[in-house]
Amino acid sequence: MSSEARRELRKILQGLFFISPWIIGFQGFTIYPLVASAFYSFTRYDVLRPPKFVGFDNYGEILFRDPVFRQSLGNTIYFVFIGVPAAFLTAWLLANLLNTEVWGRSAWRTMFFLPSITPIVATVMVWMWIYNTQYGLINGWLIAQGIKVIPFLSSVKLSKPSLIIVQCWAQGSAIVLFLAALQDVPRRVYEAAIIDGASAFKRFWHITIPMCTPVILFVLLTGLIETFQSFSLPWLLTSGGPNNSTELYSVYLFRNAFAFFKMGYASALAWILFIIISLFSLAIFRSSARWVYYGGE
Amino acid sequence: MAELTVARRYRLDPEAVRARLRRRRTLDLVRKGGRTLITFALGFLFLMPFIWMFATSLKIDPEVYRVPPTWLPRVVRWENYSEAMTYEPFGLYFVNTLKYGLSATVGAVLSSALCAYGFSRVQWKGRDTVFWVVLSTMMIPGQVRMIPLFLIFKRIGWLDTYLPLVIPSYLGSAYFIFMMRQFFMTIPTELSDAARIDGCSELGIFFRIILPLSRSALVVVGLFRFMDAWNDYMGPLIYLRDIDKYTVAMGLQHLRQYGQAASPEQYWPHLMAAASVVTVPIVIMYFFTQRTFVEGIALTGVKG
Repeated sequence: MSSEARRELRKILQGLFFISPWIIGFQGFTIYPLVASAFYSFTRYDVLRPPKFVGFDNYGEILFRDPVFRQSLGNTIYFVFIGVPAAFLTAWLLANLLNTEVWGRSAWRTMFFLPSITPIVATVMVWMWIYNTQYGLINGWLIAQGIKVIPFLSSVKLSKPSLIIVQCWAQGSAIVLFLAALQDVPRRVYEAAIIDGASAFKRFWHITIPMCTPVILFVLLTGLIETFQSFSLPWLLTSGGPNNSTELYSVYLFRNAFAFFKMGYASALAWILFIIISLFSLAIFRSSARWVYYGGE
Repeated sequence: MAELTVARRYRLDPEAVRARLRRRRTLDLVRKGGRTLITFALGFLFLMPFIWMFATSLKIDPEVYRVPPTWLPRVVRWENYSEAMTYEPFGLYFVNTLKYGLSATVGAVLSSALCAYGFSRVQWKGRDTVFWVVLSTMMIPGQVRMIPLFLIFKRIGWLDTYLPLVIPSYLGSAYFIFMMRQFFMTIPTELSDAARIDGCSELGIFFRIILPLSRSALVVVGLFRFMDAWNDYMGPLIYLRDIDKYTVAMGLQHLRQYGQAASPEQYWPHLMAAASVVTVPIVIMYFFTQRTFVEGIALTGVKG
């Protein structure tokens, strides 16, 4: 072997040595589970008895004969396509506000970040109490005024929006990301625009937004992926109710796996979710070529 | 003043210029005041749940259910806290959560730094392709891996222990590897080259040069991992059975489900007190490490 090739090999071995923890983890916690869950999705497996091969039965039942699947998918799509833009707008507008000159700015930045680091169980508890129909913060006041109570968590129509509100409340990390991006926009560009007579709104629309589109894409994409998998919030706050109106996809999946012990069915559900998320992510990524501006640093 | 010299040079009336400047300054101040007002209003709205949580935790029975609800409890009952903490063995839960958090943090910091070094400071063929694979694993929904992982851990007898939650941290997490790699790439290669010329081994460079320079990024990884462990609910929910092994998150949920039987009237204050106690350590930690937090998030999102 030439000394050139020997050096290449040595470098490869060195590289592999350093990433060896990841390689072990990758095989055990990624490759094997991926293959195994694909396998399980073609079986009926209740953990007590060995898995029984059933071909595409699980998929057939999910797609054509399971009303809860359809409901949970619908709920999740609602949650994603209304919740993610709502959360994005909240974070974006707040970040822009916090980027201007305001008294106590750094203190406020801290405050807006706090909800996102609060343990989810605590968050759920507080909001459950806030939304309470008899003594809650909002309804208690409404009752005293003689106005009709708002059934946040017990109405089929309001349950998902109520969840979305909680999610918008906890957008701290998106706010931080947007702030970083906003501060990266070179002041010279704004100054040039001001000299040319651009109004504040025009500057916002034609400079601020385009220059931040890379981070906006990142937030939207990760928001989409995370929200599709959203579990803890609906599970803890409403556990899928009322009437399955907040039975999101991940909740239904979890239930099938750990309450009904239908591991094969749940695995099939997981793979369908994977495909759906991938399709939507790809669509957003493809569309991004049209609206994302990579100005380059 | 500069403005007046300019005014005089262009033959403008200095009084008019001064007046225009004064008007401009007051307008800016008014605008700033308006924005501050909006920020205050929104900020208060965002803080309301915390204030409400803390206020409720100190109330006594009849006031909890008063309509319209009160902000400041008329009678402050600190016993709510000691009672909530003893109905469930929260002291034990805190210790459990701390052990979980610390062991996971150590694992995350070590493994992510080691792996990130391999992806950034060593030039080897195929490196970036493998890194792309690392990144793509972040896109796999947790639900796909969840079931087989549970079954593996069940088969090797790791159920009802913290091992399924902690061990994966020692085997590299794509998110943290990514973060550390981005940071390592900002360290000049000349430093490594000089050390190599002097005969230092790669491991030596890693421990003696790169790691000491990366303190802030390592702190970010540690903080984030600890926080994830503290706030983690789904993980303990799946793997822990024995109530003595519960984390604070599970203890809180347990109190929510069974606390009503123990004391129906003080149920809500107890819940709020427990929720406050579970939240406070994280908030304190955040206040002490604010800048690092913010830098950490910016590290992944903007530069990536």
